[in-house]
Parts: sequence; structure tokens; C-alpha cells
Amino acid sequence: MIELQDVTYGYGGTALLAGISLRLAQGSFHFLTGPSGAGKTTLIKLCYGELIAGQGRVSLFGQDAASMSRDEIALARRRIGVVHQDCQFLDHLTVAENVALPVVVSGRPSQQIERDLEDLLGWVGLAAHRDALPPELSGGERQRAALARAVIMSPEVILADEPTGNIDWEMSLRLLTLLVELNRMGKTVLIATHDLNLIRQAKKQVAARVLRIANRQLLAAGAEL
Amino acid sequence: MKRARRISARRLLAFAIGDAQADRVVPPSGFTARLTVLAAAAMAFLAVFALALSLATGRLANRWSEALTGTATIRITAPEDQIEAQTAAVLRLLETTPGIGQARLIGRDEQAALLSPWFGPDLPLDSLPLPVLIEITEAGAGYDATGLRARLAGEAPGAVLDDHSRWRAPLVSAARRLRALGWASMLLIAATTALIITLATSAALAANAQVIRVLRLIGAQDAYIAGAFVRRYTARAFTGALAGTVLGAVVVALLPARDTAGAAGEFLTGLGFTGTDWLLLPLIPLLAALVAFAATRTTSLATLKERS
Ligand SMILES: Nc1ncnc2c1ncn2[C@@H]1O[C@H](COP(=O)(O)OP(=O)(O)O)[C@@H](O)[C@H]1O
Ligand SMILES: [Mg+2]
Repeated sequence: MIELQDVTYGYGGTALLAGISLRLAQGSFHFLTGPSGAGKTTLIKLCYGELIAGQGRVSLFGQDAASMSRDEIALARRRIGVVHQDCQFLDHLTVAENVALPVVVSGRPSQQIERDLEDLLGWVGLAAHRDALPPELSGGERQRAALARAVIMSPEVILADEPTGNIDWEMSLRLLTLLVELNRMGKTVLIATHDLNLIRQAKKQVAARVLRIANRQLLAAGAEL
Repeated sequence: MKRARRISARRLLAFAIGDAQADRVVPPSGFTARLTVLAAAAMAFLAVFALALSLATGRLANRWSEALTGTATIRITAPEDQIEAQTAAVLRLLETTPGIGQARLIGRDEQAALLSPWFGPDLPLDSLPLPVLIEITEAGAGYDATGLRARLAGEAPGAVLDDHSRWRAPLVSAARRLRALGWASMLLIAATTALIITLATSAALAANAQVIRVLRLIGAQDAYIAGAFVRRYTARAFTGALAGTVLGAVVVALLPARDTAGAAGEFLTGLGFTGTDWLLLPLIPLLAALVAFAATRTTSLATLKERS
């Protein structure tokens, strides 16, 4: 699906990630951990073509990201659902409209997904908030709305950047359960988090690989997880 | 609850199709929106007058140049014993003058017919010392009036060339120049409209950088994002231009009618639209929309490319 080969990336002069390789095979479940500022978000941005690697090769569904046009990247993104760390909603649209936006933007008739939209909003527990505007939501509600938007296109890959960043433990577990459910449906999942409890909890439900960014390298996490 | 849900579904549908005013994907920006509509209205208003000027001066030029192709006359007044000799001399002279197509002696009967409206049919023509009239028709590039006058003075001192229609020639060229000016004004108006719309689009693209970012993140292609802006600004330009055109048309229609002002006022009051002229007016908002479409599309696609 998505593969990084010997990728080096840095903002400005110094490298933040050096010689990183990662393969997100179909149906796999990955955790990406590491201290704040280690480069988790940066790595995720490389995975959906927002950042282009300076060295090495990032391939999105078999295509070299560096040689893809903007429109080709856009098409690839329809197959990758991303839960951004800062959610990235259009604040003048309702929750339902935001969640449906990837479908609208892809040119598919959105009345066809009206049913899916209802189900999806029910699934993430936001049916009552469908007509609210994003700024009116709590942190957890925003994260769940972001997850709903990330999966509405039935993407093959889901990348979640700190999806439990600003929500309580109970809600984090609920969100984790949703992602595990998606993985059971065959989706490739990658979750960036520094919440080790969440990872321990997940390992009870799913065979997850845990990776850690340290010293600009990507390592398999220790046995403590 | 059920009702609310249905309304919401309809709203979602409208949102997907792109409602008539603009895509909801890009938040409405009150100030630039009103500015664009206002500018388009003002430009359309001016375009109506430029069009009226072009059409009216065009009509004037045509009418006057028709009169130019008419005839001139040579009038011969001389003592009775000389008149025949002078007439023969003039006709001979005209035969050898380049640019004269035809020279025709106007007979007494014809003269009587010309005069009868003023003096009645019972005019005793024979007892009146009527001048001899020769009607001449121009050929090719026309004759040299000054040269002809000099030769007439030499050979037939009683002959006077009356080329009354010639004074209109400079007026015709002035009218033609005014018409060209009218069309040039319309081009300038179109260019200014394009410029204003381009600036407004650039401002909107800059103001909505975050919206564009989000749209990109969820897989929107350039054409979709550009389309949201293009539809919006095209609709605004059309709405504004429609209002400006209607207003301009009303003002032109309220100008004093040509007939009431008499022939002397023809030039000033001839500005109105006549007959099929009115059919040209709907073209103004359509052209404004076309100009806006081209301007926004070029600007958006270029900006999106730049900001990749
Ligand atoms: N756009 C940027 N420009 C410059 N530096 C950046 C940018 N984005 C992130 N960084 C820096 O890169 C480092 C890694 O950031 P990030 O990938 O967000 O880490 P994490 O998600 O693991 O907290 C941080 O030191 C951050 O300040
Ligand atoms: Mg981060």
C-alpha cells in the first residue's frame, strides 16, 4: 500500500528522519510512537504526500510520490483516510457536511452516501451533533468526527495522528475500538501516539506492530509493550 | 426530529450540486462579494452607454455617408443672350473633368415640379428668369471641387457649383471615429472587468488558503477547487452586470425621443436604442460572465499551481 525506502527528511538543514524504511502492508496494524517532536507527524505527512522526501523513495500504491502530480496525489489521498492531529475541518460547514466532504470533493453524488453518512455518524456517536459546526464540538467529538471523515471514502489505509490526543481515557478506548474494527474489515491502520497505555490496550485486541522513532531512526519497540 | 433531518438532507444535496449562488465549500466573504457585484454593475452600466454611443454614431455615419453619394448641382445665371453659350461651355467642361460620372440638364418641366410645392401649379414659368440647373453625379473617387470651381469661373462666369452635401464629409469621419471610440471603450470596460475580477479572485484565494489546504488534504483536485471560486465569481459578475445593464437600459430609454428634439438635436438625442439594438443588451451580462469565468479560471489555476 504505502512504502518508505531509506527516506531522509528534515526541515531546513538538519535531518529529522534519516534513512527510514517502513512498509504498510494490506491489513496491517501499526503503532508509531516516540517523544513529542520526534517526527511522528512528519512521517505521517510523508505517507500521504503532503511532504516529499528529500532522499529515498516513498511509494503510494506503487507510484513514486516524488514524481506524482498534484492531481495524482489528490487521487491517492482518496484511498488514504487521515485523522489529522489538528483535525482540519471547514468551520463554516456542519459536522455532517464536513464528514461528507471527501465524497463531495471526489465528484460522487452525495445523496447516495446519505445512508452511509447516517450510519457513520451513529457509529462514532455524533448523530445528535450532525448539524453542529466544528468549533461547537468538544475535543473528543472533533476527533471522532475526524475519524468519520477519514473513513467515509472507504479508504484502504487509515493514518491517525494522535487521535486520542486531547480526550479522556474512556473516549480513547472507544476510538481505539473503532480503529480496531476497521482493521478487522481489512483496512491498513497506522496510529501515531505517545500514549503507551493505549498501545498496551490495543495489543490485547489486535496483532499490532509497534515502532518507535528515536535518534532519527525507526526502531521496533522494546518488549515492555 | 424527522423534519429536521429531511431539511438537512436537502441542504446536503444542494451543497453537493453547488447551489446557484456559489459553492458552500468556500465560505462566503461579504465584503469582496459585494464589491465584485458592484464593480460588475458599474462596468455594465458604462458598457450600455458605450454600446449606445457606438450604435448611434454608426447610424449617423451611415445616414450621412449615404447623402454624400448623392448629387451636386451647377446653377447658371446669366443674361438671356449668354445663357445658352455658358450652358454649352459648362457641359463641355464637365465632360473633360475627371470624377464626374454624369451631367444632366434639368428641364423646365422638372424645375416646375420642384417649385410647385412652394408656388402652386399655376406658376407662369415662362415669364420667370429661371437659372439653368445641371445635376452632376460623382464617379469613382469624386472630382476636385476647388479645381472645378476655378475652371467654371474661367469659362462660364455665371455658373456656380453647389456641392451642399460635401460639408458632411468631416462629420461622417467624426462619427466614424466616435463609433470606434465607443467600441474601444467597450474593450477597455471588458479589460477592466477582467482586472477587477482577477484581483478579487486573488484576494479570495489568499483569504481562503486554509480552506484550500483542507480541500487538498481530503483529495480535492485543482479543477474542483478552482471551480468553487470560478462558479462563485462568474455568478457574481453575471448578477452585477445584469443589474447594471437593466439600470443603464432604463436610463437610455428615458432619454428624450429623437423626433421631439427635431433634426438639429439629432446628434445629441440619437443615443437611444432602436429596434433590434435592444437585443444586443442581454449580451452585456453574458459577456461579463464570460470574462469573469476566463479571469477566475486562469487566476485560480495559476495560483493553485504556484502554491503546490
Ligand atoms: N513545518 C515545519 N517547519 C519547520 N519545522 C517543523 C515543521 N513541522 C515540524 N517541525 C519540527 O519538526 C520536529 C518534528 O515535528 P513533528 O513531526 O510534528 O513531531 P511529533 O509529531 O513527533 O511531535 C519538531 O521539532 C518540529 O518543531
Ligand atoms: Mg505530531
